[in-house]
Amino acid sequence: MTPVKLYPPKPEKVYFFGTCLVDLFYPEAGLDGIRLLEREGIEVIFPEDQTCCGQPAYTSGYQQEARAVAVAQLGLFPESWPIIVPSGSCGGMMRVHYPQLFAGTEHERRATEVAGRIYELTEFLIHVCHLALEDRGGPEKVAMHTSCSARREMGLADTGPALLAKLGQVELVEQVRATECCGFGGTFAVRHPEVSAAMVDDKTRAIEAAGASRFVTSDCGCLMNIDGRFSHQKKGIEGEHIASYLWRRTS
Amino acid sequence: MSVETYTPQAFHRQAHDALGSPQIRSNFRKAMDGLMSKRRDVFSDWDLEALRELGANIRLRALARLPELLERLEANCEASGIKVHWAEDGEEACRIIRELCEARGAKSVIKGKSMVSEEMHLNAHLEAAGIEALESDLGEYLVQLNEQTPSHIIMPAIHLNTDEISTIMHDKTGLARTRDVDVMTAAARAQLRERFMSADIGISGVNFAVAETGTLCLVENEGNGRMTTTVPPVHIAVTGIEKVVEHLRDVPPLYALLTRSATGQHVTTYFNMISSPRKRGEHDGPEEVHLVLVDNGRSSIYQDDELLDTLRCIRCGACMNHCPVYTRVGGHTYGTTYPGPIGSILMPHMLGLEQTKDLPTASSLCGACGEVCPVKIPIPDLLVRLRREAVGEGRGNVPGAGVKRTKKEVAAWKGWQWLATHPSAWRGGTAIVGKLQALTPSKLGPWTECRTAPRPAKRSLHALVKRHQAGKDKSDAEKSAANHVIKKGKDEEERS
Repeated sequence: MTPVKLYPPKPEKVYFFGTCLVDLFYPEAGLDGIRLLEREGIEVIFPEDQTCCGQPAYTSGYQQEARAVAVAQLGLFPESWPIIVPSGSCGGMMRVHYPQLFAGTEHERRATEVAGRIYELTEFLIHVCHLALEDRGGPEKVAMHTSCSARREMGLADTGPALLAKLGQVELVEQVRATECCGFGGTFAVRHPEVSAAMVDDKTRAIEAAGASRFVTSDCGCLMNIDGRFSHQKKGIEGEHIASYLWRRTS
Repeated sequence: MSVETYTPQAFHRQAHDALGSPQIRSNFRKAMDGLMSKRRDVFSDWDLEALRELGANIRLRALARLPELLERLEANCEASGIKVHWAEDGEEACRIIRELCEARGAKSVIKGKSMVSEEMHLNAHLEAAGIEALESDLGEYLVQLNEQTPSHIIMPAIHLNTDEISTIMHDKTGLARTRDVDVMTAAARAQLRERFMSADIGISGVNFAVAETGTLCLVENEGNGRMTTTVPPVHIAVTGIEKVVEHLRDVPPLYALLTRSATGQHVTTYFNMISSPRKRGEHDGPEEVHLVLVDNGRSSIYQDDELLDTLRCIRCGACMNHCPVYTRVGGHTYGTTYPGPIGSILMPHMLGLEQTKDLPTASSLCGACGEVCPVKIPIPDLLVRLRREAVGEGRGNVPGAGVKRTKKEVAAWKGWQWLATHPSAWRGGTAIVGKLQALTPSKLGPWTECRTAPRPAKRSLHALVKRHQAGKDKSDAEKSAANHVIKKGKDEEERS
């Protein structure tokens, strides 16, 4: 488990690390995250040279390749501002695994320093920004899928639901086995597609059975997986990154 | 029911079959749901994190001094009349046990539950030597009758439902067909009772071997363990070398963790502490007690300071019960003695990565196993470590290291690395992908068999941020606040 983290007061500036999935597939989610932060009066620095945290190679066992890519990110955050990541999975990689990845190398100190400044977006909005939200949307039943990395690696099972609770017209419904993995797991979905398919099928059934008309998540891997399953079945239950949902309903 | 042979090489095919079997799916789902909820309930009034920390520390302390503790265990056992034997691998352990049987002229052996004996295929070895070995744990008994292997380390017959058990009891023991569990249990009990009385030797496993006292602890629910270790004239205990703990006082916390993590019980029905053969003047107990300490790859795991954590395991099975993969494919799919997450980090050492290369990847790294492990084994990290070994980027000290490394995959990762370390190429690449969005294939292999294909966005986040910073996104974002003012390092700030 991650040690208890002491949250700083709201800073003047933050760095935003968008992640490769957001960059390619869900850029609006990244931009909405930036907008939420800016609305809190924080200047958001988006280092242009960011690419990927290195996790895909890391979890596939390609350690050297993961290191090379991760090193390229380490230099993007020269000042001491917090680094906000709209993903528990990439956030977990950077906060928990960067120090391990670089242990005993010349980059260890910098990796540990960067890791200490990593915050997942919902965590930062709740614990640092103490975000207040004014819900402008209609009544809606929503399910939240918290990614396994956010839940277990970063210990953030509650921050997403806490944000949704601030939306007066939104009813958060809980699906059965809410803590169970959706079956994405990065390359797991590619290497073990049938097991992954069985998992996401169960996840969508659970969300549907909970009576949700929409689901939100803080990780685009889970979003791609669960939403892809729903739309394949033409279920009409749509998924969205929580940043977009919050921004959409409050702007 | 036919006899099936499962192998780790055939994981994908076996997973396919299991996923397609409503019986397996529902048997495991129901059983695992039940076990998870029992565990949750039974720990509800404990400071679980503190207890896990204690459990982990006890195991780590024992492992840190493993060679010394094993010697103390041996000395203390021998001092109280328990003969200690060392086996480098499963084959040697089988030979030792067979020779002990032959020395007594034993023809019939009754067995308590022991996963180490499964690991070394003891029953088959004894059978080949003309010695009949009968499993006395009810689950093991059923699995043996059905000519199968256990599908779970704590509940060996968890893959069978009542109807299937009824069929086995009918076909193999002649019991009239019944769905009454009590009737079936009583029938098995009657048959086993007879065999306890007539067996020449009892063979059991060990849960904790206490170095300072030479005590062998055996945790069980059915009383078959006590019968196995007390009724026959000879008791042979067989265990992996990692099961040793230093002090007797180390046992209660581990026992508390074991029973609650495994079956959600506060205590088991039986907890046996075996400390010697029958002493002069005592009326019962075996005349001889032997302890066979099996290495079988463990000391090789022990050499590596990361992999060492694998040996903390107290074999509770909680990682299986909570694993979303195990829950769906069942234990046999793994094709190994130990299935599920612990099996995937243990079996590569015993069988080599050539045979087991699909096991470390058979996990979404969701972390549920590590979260519930009573001795805090970092199972997801060890799965990643073994993936590294399999593709030849580890330390090279796992048998079969590098077996999964292919030129094609290396080239793909090198290409990805190049792109992700050349930011302008990355931006150019994402821009091109966005422009060609309409050409995105709607079929993406197995992904799109049950999901729609993800579509790259027209504009990447890099591009959107650029527009945003230039204030251009105000016009095209319908809902984004029209009065939202972009500020770049200005002190002024306006709220939307």
